[in-house]
Amino acid sequence: MRYFVTIAYEPTVWADADETTRQRYHQEHLAFHDAVKERAHLVAGEALAGPETATTLRHRDGAPVLTEGPFAESTEVVGGFYLVDADDLDTMTELCTLLPKAYSLEIRPVVQVEGFEER
Amino acid sequence: MSPTEHGRGPGHPGPAHEVALEEAFREHWGRLLALLVAQFRRLDLAEDGLGEAFEAAARHWPAEGVPRNPAAWLLTAARRRVLDRLRAEAVAARKEPLLVVDAQARHDAAAVMADPGGLVADERLRLVFLCAHPSLAPESAAALSLRLVIGVPTSDIARLFLVPEPTMAARLTRTKRRLAATGAPFSIPPDGPARDARVGVVTSVAYLAFTAGYAPGTGPDVTRTALAGEAIRLTRVLREVLPGQPALDALLALMLLQHSRRDARVDPDGLPVLLPDQDRGRWRHDEIAEALGLLEPLARRPLGGVADEYLLQALIAAEHAIAPTAADTQWHRIAARYAELEDLTGSPVVRLNRAVAVAESEGPAAGLALLDGLEAHLPHSHRLPAVRAELLSRAGDREGARTAYDRALALCGNEAERALLATRRKALDAAAHPPVESPGDP
Repeated sequence: MRYFVTIAYEPTVWADADETTRQRYHQEHLAFHDAVKERAHLVAGEALAGPETATTLRHRDGAPVLTEGPFAESTEVVGGFYLVDADDLDTMTELCTLLPKAYSLEIRPVVQVEGFEER
Repeated sequence: MSPTEHGRGPGHPGPAHEVALEEAFREHWGRLLALLVAQFRRLDLAEDGLGEAFEAAARHWPAEGVPRNPAAWLLTAARRRVLDRLRAEAVAARKEPLLVVDAQARHDAAAVMADPGGLVADERLRLVFLCAHPSLAPESAAALSLRLVIGVPTSDIARLFLVPEPTMAARLTRTKRRLAATGAPFSIPPDGPARDARVGVVTSVAYLAFTAGYAPGTGPDVTRTALAGEAIRLTRVLREVLPGQPALDALLALMLLQHSRRDARVDPDGLPVLLPDQDRGRWRHDEIAEALGLLEPLARRPLGGVADEYLLQALIAAEHAIAPTAADTQWHRIAARYAELEDLTGSPVVRLNRAVAVAESEGPAAGLALLDGLEAHLPHSHRLPAVRAELLSRAGDREGARTAYDRALALCGNEAERALLATRRKALDAAAHPPVESPGDP
């Protein structure tokens, strides 16, 4: 199964983190990468620039309207994602426990949309 | 549908074919369902196919006689029905997500399907772990476990959880689909801490199913209490497929002790009878004996994890069970167990129960002292002001007791319990010393 893992974090936690903590986050992501390489397959994964850089596009009366900031206001913001092929949900959640514990991780299966298989 | 859905139940032995069907249902439902799931990777089809196989048995066995191998007969009938459904779906081009099932399990199941006479493979443990998957809401997991592991009819599960049957049916369907769509595996977690944690979830799901039967409802409680017995049946199956788990032993003992009092808990008018007033002759002493037997090897060692919580609760219930009369209850031992349990859990509900036990052994003032500050943690509990009222009344503070009863009445939503509280409040004027509401009932 292919899983999309959304990483959410509280920006203040990261902003207040000292150098040691930031180093540890880095190590934990590396450990995740290593474990995924061994037990699953990493399709993609990226870190995102801060929510203050987000631009949200919606349509109003048929016309595109841009607004500054992310689409949902909350204390937690999306900080990055992983796209992983894993055998099952248990494997995926076990791998995810290696990531920094301050994160909230949303683990969702990816579905194949008909007509888009070959694109 | 299962045979019990037609109102047949244990205790009314009918003709031989009915007895055989009932026995086949109890013995084989979970095993056959698990095999069908391993083979076809579809919870919905496995459940429907097996339900229809049991219906076919109810039609055929009276005329044709009980087959020599009922389990094999049922498996063959169920398999044929699942295949029919799959063919119909292929024609309609419907696509349902398939469960993640490893190759070994599918191979084993296929072998049994090809030669159902042997029926050796037992995939129930996989089914148990799947139904109590930690990604499910606990109540959904409890409902699904009752339905799939031991075959409790959906209508009974709906009654147990106080929801209309269509609501429960929809919830079960959603839960089954979710398991497949999220990729929750039909597998046994590898040995180690992860497995222990999963056993903990399985155990707490069974306990949730049990306590649902005792949660105050709006209607008459009697049937729902009987349904708590199904949770005991589930726990027995869990012990069979997960032997050597002290948490399950302690949990079964706890359930048996609490359930052994069911006939004495309600008076002929449907009003609850508190522990000290119950007719102990109406307790099920065979169940108490079984529970005490389960507890004996556990009582002297720390078990670790949730097992210790269940054990302490069971030991408290056992103190009540072994007291010949209410007056013989060893309250100081119960108070000590509650103190341990409070250390372990930090639960305000445990503290409330401990206060009651302490009041019984040391007097109302000591009990009242333990209630201090508890309102902040239990703002919606009617039991807290009810206990406070009883203890104040015993301490001679009738005015304080009256105020506390009013608060309890304002918070209590259950009619039977409200009636009892009102009676107690009235009795204040008679200056009697009513027994305090005892802990130990779930």
